[in-house]
Amino acid sequence: MNTQIKLILKRYCSDRTRLLDILWDLQGLYGYFPEAVVTQLSESLNMSANDIYGVISFYHFFHDRPTGRYKIYLSDTVIARMNGYEEVRTALEQEANCHFGGTDETGTFSLFYTNCIGLSDQEPAMLIDDVVFTQLSPGKVRVILSQLRQNKTPAEIVNPEGLPSSELAYVERLVKSNIRHKGAVFFKKINHRVLLDKCLNQLPEHIVENMIASHIRGRGGAGFPTGLKWQLCRDVEAEDKVVICNADEGEPGTFKDRVLLTHSPRDVFVGMIIAGHAIGSNYGLLYLRAEYRYLKDYLEYQLQQLRTEGLLGIDFDIRIQMGAGAYVCGDETALIESCEGKRGVPRVKPPFPIQNGYLGRPTNVNNVETFAAVTTIMERGAQWYRSMGTKESSGTRLLSVSGDCAQPGIYEVEWGITLGEILDMVGAQDASAVQVSGPSGECVSVAKDAERELCYDDLSCNGSFMIFDQRQDLLRVVQEFMRFFVDESCGICVPCRVGNVELLRKVDRLIDGKGCQKDLDDLVSWGKLLRATSRCGLGTTSAKPILTTLDTFPGIYQNILTRKQGTLLASFDLKEALPDGGRFREE
Amino acid sequence: MTIQISIDGKQITTTAGKTLVDVAAENGIYIPTLCYVKNKTCLGTCRVCSVKVSGNVMSACTVAVSDGMKVEVDEPEVSDMRKALVECLFTEGNHNCPSCEKSGRCELQAVGYEVGMVVSRFPYRFPVRERNHTSGKIWLERDRCILCLRCVEFIHDAESGKKIFSLSKRGAKARIEIDTELVESMSAGQVKVAANLCPVGCIIEKGHGFNEPIGQRKYEKKSIRERAVAKNNNE
Amino acid sequence: MNNLPKKECFSHDLPGTPMDSTVLAGRSEKIPVATIALCGCWGCTLSFLDMDEKLLALLEKITINRSSLTDIKRITKRCMIGFVEGGVANVDNIETLEHFRENCDILISVGACAVWGGVPAMRNDRELLDCLVEAYIDSPTAVPGAEEIIPSHEDIPQLTNKVYPCHEVVKMDYFIPGCPPDADAIFKVLDDLVNGRVVDLPASLNRYD
Repeated sequence: MNTQIKLILKRYCSDRTRLLDILWDLQGLYGYFPEAVVTQLSESLNMSANDIYGVISFYHFFHDRPTGRYKIYLSDTVIARMNGYEEVRTALEQEANCHFGGTDETGTFSLFYTNCIGLSDQEPAMLIDDVVFTQLSPGKVRVILSQLRQNKTPAEIVNPEGLPSSELAYVERLVKSNIRHKGAVFFKKINHRVLLDKCLNQLPEHIVENMIASHIRGRGGAGFPTGLKWQLCRDVEAEDKVVICNADEGEPGTFKDRVLLTHSPRDVFVGMIIAGHAIGSNYGLLYLRAEYRYLKDYLEYQLQQLRTEGLLGIDFDIRIQMGAGAYVCGDETALIESCEGKRGVPRVKPPFPIQNGYLGRPTNVNNVETFAAVTTIMERGAQWYRSMGTKESSGTRLLSVSGDCAQPGIYEVEWGITLGEILDMVGAQDASAVQVSGPSGECVSVAKDAERELCYDDLSCNGSFMIFDQRQDLLRVVQEFMRFFVDESCGICVPCRVGNVELLRKVDRLIDGKGCQKDLDDLVSWGKLLRATSRCGLGTTSAKPILTTLDTFPGIYQNILTRKQGTLLASFDLKEALPDGGRFREE
Repeated sequence: MTIQISIDGKQITTTAGKTLVDVAAENGIYIPTLCYVKNKTCLGTCRVCSVKVSGNVMSACTVAVSDGMKVEVDEPEVSDMRKALVECLFTEGNHNCPSCEKSGRCELQAVGYEVGMVVSRFPYRFPVRERNHTSGKIWLERDRCILCLRCVEFIHDAESGKKIFSLSKRGAKARIEIDTELVESMSAGQVKVAANLCPVGCIIEKGHGFNEPIGQRKYEKKSIRERAVAKNNNE
Repeated sequence: MNNLPKKECFSHDLPGTPMDSTVLAGRSEKIPVATIALCGCWGCTLSFLDMDEKLLALLEKITINRSSLTDIKRITKRCMIGFVEGGVANVDNIETLEHFRENCDILISVGACAVWGGVPAMRNDRELLDCLVEAYIDSPTAVPGAEEIIPSHEDIPQLTNKVYPCHEVVKMDYFIPGCPPDADAIFKVLDDLVNGRVVDLPASLNRYD
């Protein structure tokens, strides 16, 4: 066997649950997965080669075919499309001399589309391998690619001073943090040593009680009470338990976890240590989305620092698990499957992760923001935290604001703030619609909903806050969101796999001017089907871009219904049905 | 622990923790299934067993019964959802019953009859799907695959335990793969098990087909509903 | 922009309801029925004849207008039921189906071809031209050395790129699957219709092959 492969396998003890790490290392070596490599892997891991290809082909950033020397992933999002995406896309194709999905003749560049990479406040943006380039313009693209041609590496281009990738300065060189408004909870100076000394000397029960008393709810989106989750996990009797931090920030429009990991990584890690103590776990995982690979060295360095300081590595340690590009892995059970080196497919529930999670162990999964908040709550107290926000939604939350506003970026707001207040704060005077919580959330009308409050009882928010003004074509936005869900559905269950494609096709048909009222009725009824019968949160929410806009902005649909009359169905296109549009010629 | 639940108003005494699909069948109530195999790990892929439990739609193969549970199977909204899911499958693939050797023995077709499907409400896609006929023992007709994952999860190489069938890609592009080398070491018995496990005509045993005359085929002799609710459904 | 006259009614907006029993009772005449085979094999029409003596009972209530059985080419008066076998594979099929939709109150898709395209739709996974080349030029029975011709004439209906189920071209009201449907299934649906009952095809009669 090839010694380099041997070395990689040895690094992970030929453990098939570490398949994602093994694959990342192998792709680093070969650029893709040659058949011979997969064969060797399958022998060493006692898996069939197809089984390994099954994992490779599940993830967006793994390539089973050769690519160019540089893999360029352009972020294709509605926000990018509002900010010159099309010009950048064209420039990339011209400059790289190949189309998206392909590689140029010299084998230098491969172009890929990718879904939101967590930079909606500085789009258009792209990844070249694991280096990110933001606020792109056609000119900037031309300069970057020509420098690559001159054998400069992506890192050298963006970071000419050669700052080490383990430093904050490096991350800041790549991306802006755009923290526009700080509140009471996040980005605070905390003495983590003192705090940890205090917490670890408390009874775990007390910490859980504290969390329950704070009324904090999970920041991933579902809003499950964190204290209760910890309590349930604590109550499970088991030797090994696991704490997982979900940093698979895939919801289009969110980027607050990226900024937290950049500026407050210790808050997040210390939150995990506290959680470990509370539930009785000595092992933590940070699942970092592949799109944030440029943060890995920096975060590893932070972990190492914590170990050096004796805060980590004795009773509790943390490992970073890289994802490989799959939105569905934001679902906690899919994330756990992915951590185990498998296809990121949501599990059948029950059992829930707190009973049977990572490698069968009781597992507590929380969001990055939740862990960061935990640290401040332990510092300042549950009552203090609860004094902010509303009765059912305590504390504050981070908003990732993007779209049509003067100041896109990160805003910390107290729960209970109204939609109108936020829009004033971010300088969005002309806003007409806001997509709250990303595609899986709700599209609200500024005219109708300005007084609605951001809280779990009214306008629930997972942090994504995309603003659209009158110029934007909301139906195109809906179409883009549906394309996103079709792209990201794992396909494990029928309603999500089949239904999303049908919903997208209906929206396409409406935009083509071939829709009638029955199509709108179908959208509602099929949307309900997905909502009720899908296996995980992706399928149960994916119809929401359609359902919420139908409700809030019915005009955008009514105005484009066909006026065609006659016996043939509006959806039947006679021209399309006949060769040459109806004029058959012998050729 | 003995508990009481109700299904469509019928009071049922059963044991806590049993799977809802089984409890219903034992009490003469049919809930359609496609991916579910009794006494095997729940796959939860087809969602065709969706029912209402205390008003919420849930797939009955994933529900462990508990005391006081109120289940609705024969309820218009959720019945139509089950039908819609079957219709999804009929348009997603190419299900050409008239030319399929699994016809009459096909679970998808038999369930289609039970949910009252006469046509699909979704547009027929006529996808182009590559077939795999390279193995000497099995034809893989992907046109008919419904991605239930029975073969992926329940058929393994006898010696190494490796998966013989696997899934590649994801979403609408997901497709079933077959390890042509491992297939060659399958015993005739295992090939038959795999072909019978496939609820549709995707895994076909080479050299066999159209064995039973029309009218004498499995689900013509006894419908899938009757088989599901029969006390001793060993056939 | 939506300033359509409201009285206009698209065919696809028509409800699929059973016939009103009072209207039915008020009819002095027999119910006119039209039948057609589009792109199919006539098997469904044979199944129709397979109703045997039940057909006699049915004929007490219905009369057959346009049909290959009567050799009437166009519907001569408005029919209540249009019995459509076969899918849509050429322009002639489209025109005929339009003619049926315009002249029948209720249309029934009968058989696999009408319901989803059936055997002819097996060509849908490839290009039309490839099918024609295979049939007329690369065919094993092509005469060696003969001039390569794909028949084309204004009298030959132009083929559509794909084969369509009838309900993807015009609104269809009822469906009887099967290849062909059993005579009992056809009888059940027609009998329900002419007697004003809600159409119900039981699982025992529902067949896709």
